[in-house]
Amino acid sequence: MNKEKVIVAEGLTKRFGDFVAVDHISFEVSKGEIFGFLGANGAGKTTAMRMLCGLSTPSTGKAIVAGLDLFKDAEKIKKNIGYMSQKFSLYEDLTIKENIQFYGGIYGLTKKQILDKTNYLVEHLHLQDHQNSLVRSLPLGWKQKLAFSVAIVHEPAIVFLDEPTGGVDPVTRREFWELIYDASERGITVFVTTHYMDEAEYCNRVSIMVDGRIEALDTPNGLKKTYNSDSMDEVFLKLARKAVRGE
Amino acid sequence: MKQFFAFVKKEFFHIWRDKRTLFILLGMPITQIIIFGFALTNEVKNSKMAILDFSKDASSIQLIQKISVSKYFDATSVLSSYKEVEPLFKKGKVKMILVIPQQFAIDLQHGNKAQLQLICDGSDPNVANTLSKYATAIVMDFQNALVKQQKLPYRIETDIRMLYNPELKGAYSFVPGVMALILMLTSAMMTSIAIVKEKEMGTMEIILVSPLRPFGVVIAKAVPYMLLSMVNVATILLLSVFVLDVPIRGSLILLLSEGLLFTITSLALGLLISSITNSQQVAMLISLMGLFLPTTVFSGYMFPIENMPLPLQVMSNIVPAKWFYFIVKTIMIKGLGFQYVWKETLILIGMTVVLFGLSIKNFKTRLS
Amino acid sequence: MSVLKYLLQKEFRQIFRDPSILRIIFVMPALQLIVIPMAADYEVKNINLSVADHDHSVYTQQMVQKIKSSGYFKLVNYSSTYQEAVTSIESDKADIVLEIPAKFEQNIVHEDQASLFIAVNAVNGMKANLGAAYLQNIIQNYNNQIRTKWVQFPPIPPQTNINISVSNWFNPMMSYKYFMVPAVLATLLTMLGTFLTALNIVREKEIGTIEQINVTPIKKYHFILGKLIPFWVLGLVVLTIGFLIMRFGYQIHPVGNMLIVYFFASLYLISILGLGLLISTYADTQQQAMLISFFLLMIFIMLGGLFTPIDSMPAWVQKLTWLNPVSYFIDVVRMVVLKGSGLSDIKNHIFVIIGFAIFLNSWAIWNYKKTS
Repeated sequence: MNKEKVIVAEGLTKRFGDFVAVDHISFEVSKGEIFGFLGANGAGKTTAMRMLCGLSTPSTGKAIVAGLDLFKDAEKIKKNIGYMSQKFSLYEDLTIKENIQFYGGIYGLTKKQILDKTNYLVEHLHLQDHQNSLVRSLPLGWKQKLAFSVAIVHEPAIVFLDEPTGGVDPVTRREFWELIYDASERGITVFVTTHYMDEAEYCNRVSIMVDGRIEALDTPNGLKKTYNSDSMDEVFLKLARKAVRGE
Repeated sequence: MKQFFAFVKKEFFHIWRDKRTLFILLGMPITQIIIFGFALTNEVKNSKMAILDFSKDASSIQLIQKISVSKYFDATSVLSSYKEVEPLFKKGKVKMILVIPQQFAIDLQHGNKAQLQLICDGSDPNVANTLSKYATAIVMDFQNALVKQQKLPYRIETDIRMLYNPELKGAYSFVPGVMALILMLTSAMMTSIAIVKEKEMGTMEIILVSPLRPFGVVIAKAVPYMLLSMVNVATILLLSVFVLDVPIRGSLILLLSEGLLFTITSLALGLLISSITNSQQVAMLISLMGLFLPTTVFSGYMFPIENMPLPLQVMSNIVPAKWFYFIVKTIMIKGLGFQYVWKETLILIGMTVVLFGLSIKNFKTRLS
Repeated sequence: MSVLKYLLQKEFRQIFRDPSILRIIFVMPALQLIVIPMAADYEVKNINLSVADHDHSVYTQQMVQKIKSSGYFKLVNYSSTYQEAVTSIESDKADIVLEIPAKFEQNIVHEDQASLFIAVNAVNGMKANLGAAYLQNIIQNYNNQIRTKWVQFPPIPPQTNINISVSNWFNPMMSYKYFMVPAVLATLLTMLGTFLTALNIVREKEIGTIEQINVTPIKKYHFILGKLIPFWVLGLVVLTIGFLIMRFGYQIHPVGNMLIVYFFASLYLISILGLGLLISTYADTQQQAMLISFFLLMIFIMLGGLFTPIDSMPAWVQKLTWLNPVSYFIDVVRMVVLKGSGLSDIKNHIFVIIGFAIFLNSWAIWNYKKTS
């Protein structure tokens, strides 16, 4: 794995009035890494991620994303990142091909590149029979895999995934993670938030947020050793018990 | 029953938390009343006009003076030639032009006859006709002042009494209309949107699985809007009575009961709309076209129904607002009792039942 | 610019794939344009008249006959008691009651004067006023008829007679429809433009696709143009449909140059689409967007001179009209179609509407932030 740092966060903070959602977090992510961002609901992971994507302005702190300064070059950063939100990513009333065409075009791919990408994705995801169907008609698992693929259609430096595997069966989740591994091997850094603790095992490194702060950051094995646990589930429970916030 | 109330409470919270929507729902009747009460009127006054005076003598000046002073006209310009007439109309600057030919005074004095010309902008025929009538009346007055007229023999005098509304206030006829419109909007439109929103968001299934029967869920959604509607009725009545001086001559209880009935009818209509679509956008646009438009046009408060071509008159009969408008007018302005509105009330009840029936049928088929 | 191209491609695809939108764009104008002008008519006719005749003389028969044949009145009740006549007003069967006292004919001929009593249902003040005026007019005419029968020519001491000739320009058949159709068209365009834009954007907010857009390199102005352009095009399509209905349905031949209307409409659309855009920045849900749009548009349209003349409004309201974009559009369409007004005639209107377009869109753009 390359030691090049694609994300460097220093003291990132986000306040909403008196409420501090994200409290001075600092961390680094290397190129090609699969970085898991864990935490209970309300711990601040989504807020933190939104800051890194440029969707939310930090109250204080600094960050370098894909080599660019978060404050100064927010718009430029967007050319180099991909994003898949919790709620959704694809247009339900457009076909698979049309969605790929749109996002490809937005990110500046040429017509030929778009065509190639489309063919590749359709084959790779076994969507040949559905390429002209509306996304609305696809089952949830396929939608998610497609959404991820579209999020990296422009081979960005980093792709941010916000709880991408909600609501699908374990088999589909594994298939989804195969795609993530693929991307990581191609050099795309994957920044993923999740509250499925078994997925934490798939990451290179994991950070756990509690009450807006990073309480732990290490490889899954490292964390298990430090917290004397057999699974990430246990690690998480031990840390989460200290939490004041959350559901 | 307890579950039902729990649902109703939840719906209340939804509405209460959405301050923007609430503000508009409560503010609409107030705005409408103010606009209708103070801004809109069909009365023609202060119409801009121009004078083309070729005479410029004592009589023409007198006539011009008389017209300028009238509240119907606002004489804004004096022209010097016919060429200026068309451009002035095209710019939309005046509605009427009075042309006084040469030798006006002389003609009057010696020939006992004179000519005047009124050129009206006929774009709005109502205004044009009214203005020419007013202008003619003013000229007649002017004419009568010139010569002392004796009392004519064989006279028929007419004594006119305006019933229910001696001062001919416009408010008397539109307040009931505004009530119908607002109730339609609050009850029907809002309810249909609330239900469809639930459907669209997919949370409908969740609710349907709950212990409360589906129909109960739907009614629970409607209850808060019903209450809002009644609040609006109260607002409208209060404003009408205290700000616009519109009386409530009949029984207030009867009026409120009929209001409640119409609210339920509107609700049923809203339910029907929500049962035929799953998209909020569509529900809204149907509400607009299927509720707002017919209510405004066919209730009879903007335009008299008897003026419309026959097919439209027939159509107006299926618009609940038409019957409600009649009922409110009869009770509120005419001060009459139930025996004068029982037929219309029955029709409303009938409509409500049919609408409910259709909605239930639709819901059942959709959900199965 | 290719970003914009892809955006527009997506928008148009989505719009045409939505069956409800298409239906609305074609059905709504047609419905509104057909129903409203047909229904809108302030002229008073078919007034229901109830007569209580205590005289039953030749004169009363003649008078009632004259009233019936005027075309304005429908005789619904001819009775001998006042009570019956009043009941017919209460039950809304009659609008006006005419009471003819006993010895009517006798009094005219021998006493030189007779009275009639008229009671009018004045709940609708305007209708009552006009109805009473018409009735009086007919009675006056009848009065003159009687008078001339009894008195030789030259009748009375020479009266001064001013003859007034009235000519009405621009509306040959004095049809209220001519006045209403252009205005309804303008209103229609306004409603569609604002609603569709506001709803469309807020829907994206609700579903979450806006967030997706905010993460991409799509710039603010791309996004906004991407929303405005499709609806602008649609607006002009609706305008065209409306004109076709106007020309072939109502046989209204525009006097002026329709290109002027298109020109103004293009500018106008920018401003009301901007309004829709602005509303979408203040609404979190489609419900809110719709309500806010409806609330604002209702006020603008009512005060815009659609149903009631702006000139009749109190001075302070008329001043407010300067801030009402709808009134300008209604004015322009009416003026160009009915009077043939030209570009120089609507100079002011053009400047104002450009002002609105800039103001509303700037405000909306200011509000719309990709980052919160």
